[in-house]
Formats: sequence, structure tokens, C-alpha cells
Amino acid sequence: MKRIFVKEEWCLGCHLCEYNCAFANSGLTDMVKALKDKKIYPRVRVETDEDGITYAVSCRHCTNPLCVKSCIAGALSIQDGVIQIDHNKCVGCLTCVLVCPHGAVVEDEKGIAQKCELCMKNSCGAPACVAGCPNGAIVYEERE
Amino acid sequence: MKRYVIIGNGVAAAGCIEGIRSVEHESEITVISAEEHPVYCRPLISYYLEKKTDLQRINYRSPAFYADNGVKVIYGKSVTKINADTRQVTLNTGETLPYDALCNATGSAPFVPPMKGLEKVKKQFTFMTLDDTLALEQAVTPESRVLIIGAGLIGLKCAEGLHKRVAEITVCDLAPRVLSSILDDTCAAMMQKHLEANGIQFCLGTSASEFTGNKAKMQDGRTIDFDVLVLAVGVRPNTALIQEAGGKVNRGILVDAKCSTSLPDVYAAGDCTEYHDVSSGTDKIMALMPNAYIQGHASGVNMAGGSESFDCAIPMNSIGFFGLHCHTAGSQPEGCQMLEEADEEHIKRLFVKDDRLTGFMLIGHTHRTGIYTALVRNQTPLSTVDFERLKIEPQIAALGKEHRSRVLKGVI
Repeated sequence: MKRIFVKEEWCLGCHLCEYNCAFANSGLTDMVKALKDKKIYPRVRVETDEDGITYAVSCRHCTNPLCVKSCIAGALSIQDGVIQIDHNKCVGCLTCVLVCPHGAVVEDEKGIAQKCELCMKNSCGAPACVAGCPNGAIVYEERE
Repeated sequence: MKRYVIIGNGVAAAGCIEGIRSVEHESEITVISAEEHPVYCRPLISYYLEKKTDLQRINYRSPAFYADNGVKVIYGKSVTKINADTRQVTLNTGETLPYDALCNATGSAPFVPPMKGLEKVKKQFTFMTLDDTLALEQAVTPESRVLIIGAGLIGLKCAEGLHKRVAEITVCDLAPRVLSSILDDTCAAMMQKHLEANGIQFCLGTSASEFTGNKAKMQDGRTIDFDVLVLAVGVRPNTALIQEAGGKVNRGILVDAKCSTSLPDVYAAGDCTEYHDVSSGTDKIMALMPNAYIQGHASGVNMAGGSESFDCAIPMNSIGFFGLHCHTAGSQPEGCQMLEEADEEHIKRLFVKDDRLTGFMLIGHTHRTGIYTALVRNQTPLSTVDFERLKIEPQIAALGKEHRSRVLKGVI
């Protein structure tokens, strides 16, 4: 399956991926209405290392995911390799946040868990962070 | 073709089914379920009372789960005996079932200490099962005064679940602090303050010595009037079947990383087991749902002839009350150093010993805490990471370029 991978040598640290992610998952069609003057809750985060190198971190869609095994609500599952969260079942216990070794599951604005679902469940159909990256620093492809 | 039998129908059993099916799809699996419900999310019973879930959503798996996995579930019956020599289990109805591989996923049961007059309290409940919950729901009214014995995870989640449905809740515990199994005094005091601000009353350092009708006389002389009593003192692992079959049992059923018991082809998983905690280096009961699933899955894989180990178990809890979350993991071994950062509404306590993060207690900090948990679980030498940065905030950046490259550029 395709996953998101990082080419950190190309990352500008512009954080556009975070905004594109928040917009794609807002359910709104107007980017201004979705983001202006709002605290955003993106599912991808740009980090900076000690040398100032930046890169985007999002769910790795692990082949042996601790979050899925640990979910106390049966809300996390693997669908065709994609780790998805059923927001209707999630109760916001945040056990998935406590076990994800990559810090890729976070609390959303409603207090329940959210994570990258590769934009499979929103209108984009493919990762908005990748589509909107101005420098090709995040890619969506098959790797071994 | 093997005959698989699973005793119990909780999350460990579901893990076992999925573990077996990750190896093979041919053989029949039989599950013996004393409870008359398909596998449900046991820790969600308080969320049911809080109306954050319902009887459909509380199910752990889809309605087609058993059929899809070729599982026959025997509901409403229990196992009374395991015969490890003849490899069969006997049910309470007298019928016997042969097995080639068995998983004991019997869970735990509420422990109710003897208390004078308890038998005469009409509305008394334990809080472990969906049926307990449905009965409790029927018993409470908006006028009810509820007394909960036990300020641990179960008692306090019950309090949170009931708080909008009743008039008054008092929680008492023999321990001088709340959540005594996972928090120290300072952290417990912060959680208690928050619970009190949300209307929960406490009576700590004492317990009920005698009940007279709907009045509890406490050991310290106080009396508490109540309408509904919830007993949440603690739980005990259900070990009897394995013990009587001659298997090794300490406080829980002793299992290794493969989840094997000392009996041939008999595995055990979940709250009934006692197993190795890598953070403290000791064997203990870690009755946690994530571990139950992982153990169940490992059991299933091994029962089916595959190989899977759970050799990095640690105690951990993510628990929140009225919007304030608490994340804990690992242990505080003797001689460990505590690093602390705290203000009015947050506490971060990291425990370090011998170049390892052995555990943590975090209140009000939940962002990316799994990065800390992984350090505890993997016993990562802190000299190999940028711990100064990690102390400030969990981040991949502090784990080094090699780690980052492996995680972000490859399939893991």
C-alpha cells in the first residue's frame, strides 16, 4: 500500500502541510472559514531537530500497530493497511496517545483521538499534506 | 485440524481469536462465555453510564466477528474443570469439550472484603461487567446518594459515570489517597482536587466497618447515609481452573512471554495472569486492556503453531476524569531520580535510573506521551537520545537521525 514518507532534505519548515491537513479534515469548502483565527488540530506535525532540519511527522500506518491493539473502545482498526479511527466509537480515553511510539495520535478539539488516515475519509481521497507541499518534501508512494 | 478452546469472552479472547486467524483459517475455535454478551469494551461501562457510548457501540468487534472468524460461542455456560491429561474442559452443565490448544482468558472478579451488615444492604453492586452496569443504572435515580467503596480506577470511573445521574457521590478508601495503585501523593492530590471540584466527595484513609440499613459506619467513627452502594475495593485474578489442573499460579496465573502456562498446550492471557514487567524487572499482575489484547494475540499465534512473544510489557494507564487526563507508565524503582515540572494544573514527573526512563506520571500533559512510553518499554539508554529536549516535550527529533530515518522513510 501507499504510505507517506519524508524527504527532509527538501522540507522548508513552512508548516503548510499542517494547514492543508486541518483544512482537508475540517469538512468545510472555504479555507478561510476553516482556518482563519482558529487553533488548528493537524494530524501531521512539523518538527525541528537540533541542527534546524525540519520534517513532517504523521502516522506511519505500522504493520504491527500498538494503537490498534491497545484501543479500549475497539475504535481503531486496520482497513486495507490503513489505520483508521471510528470517531463514533472513540470515547477519548487517549490510550492510543499513550502507546503510539511516534507521537502520531493526538487529541482533537473535541477531546477524542485523531490521526492521519491518508485523507481516505475526507473529500481529498489522497493526502492533502503531500498534494500541497510546495517542495516535494513529503511523498505518497509504495515502499518495501 | 486443531481444536481450539478459549475460556472467557473478553478482549484477551478476541485477541486470541485474531492471533489464531493470523496463522490459519481452517480449524474450529470454541469460546465459552459465561457472560451472555458478545465481546464488549469492559472499561467502557462507565462511559455507558455517562452516555458517551451505548449498547451497540460498546461492542468491541462487529456483529459478524465470530462468524467471520469461524468461532462457535457457547453463551451462559462456564468451565468448571480443565483436565490437562485428557485435554478436555468440563462445563457447568456436565458436558465436556476436547482441545488441542487451550487459552484461559478468565479475567478477574471483584474482591469484596467481609464487612459487617453488608448482606443486608439491598442496593449493592460491583462494577465489572455490563450486567453490573445495567443493574446499577436501574437502581439509581436523580435523588440517589451513592457510596462507592474504593477510590481506585474502577471506583472513580464509576463515580464519573454516575455523577450526572444521581444527587450525591461519596467515595471512600482505606488508602489515604485516590488512585493509589498508579499515583503518588502529589499527583493523587491534584486529581482528587479536580474530582472534588466536580462534586465528588471523599472519605479517605478509612473504610466502612459496619452497615446498618442504608448507613455506613466508618472505621474512624463517621457515618455516611446512602441509597446505593458500589463495591470497588479491588479485583482478584480468576486462577482456580489452572490451579486445580496443577498449573503454576502465584497471585495470578504464571505465564511466560509466549503466554504459556506450566501446563502443556495451555495458554493464559489477560487479567488472570501474572507476567514480567520490564520496567521494574519483576513479575506482577498488570490487569490492563492493551496488555490483555496483546497477550491474547500472542497466545493465539502460538496455539496455532506460529511464534509471537510479548516481552516488553509494562504497566501503563491513560485515565481521565471530567476532562483532566492522567498518563502513567512504568515504575519507580528504589533509588530512581525524579525529574519534576509542575504548576497549578499540570504535573510532569519522570523517573530515571541507570540511564533509563523507568516510568512517568503526567497530569494534564497528554501530547505525544507515547514517545515517553516507548522509552520505558524499550529501555532506551538515555545517553543515546537528547533527553534534555525530551524532558521539555516528547518529540521524534530528540531520538536521533538514525531512528528518524528508519521511522519516517521506511515501512515499520
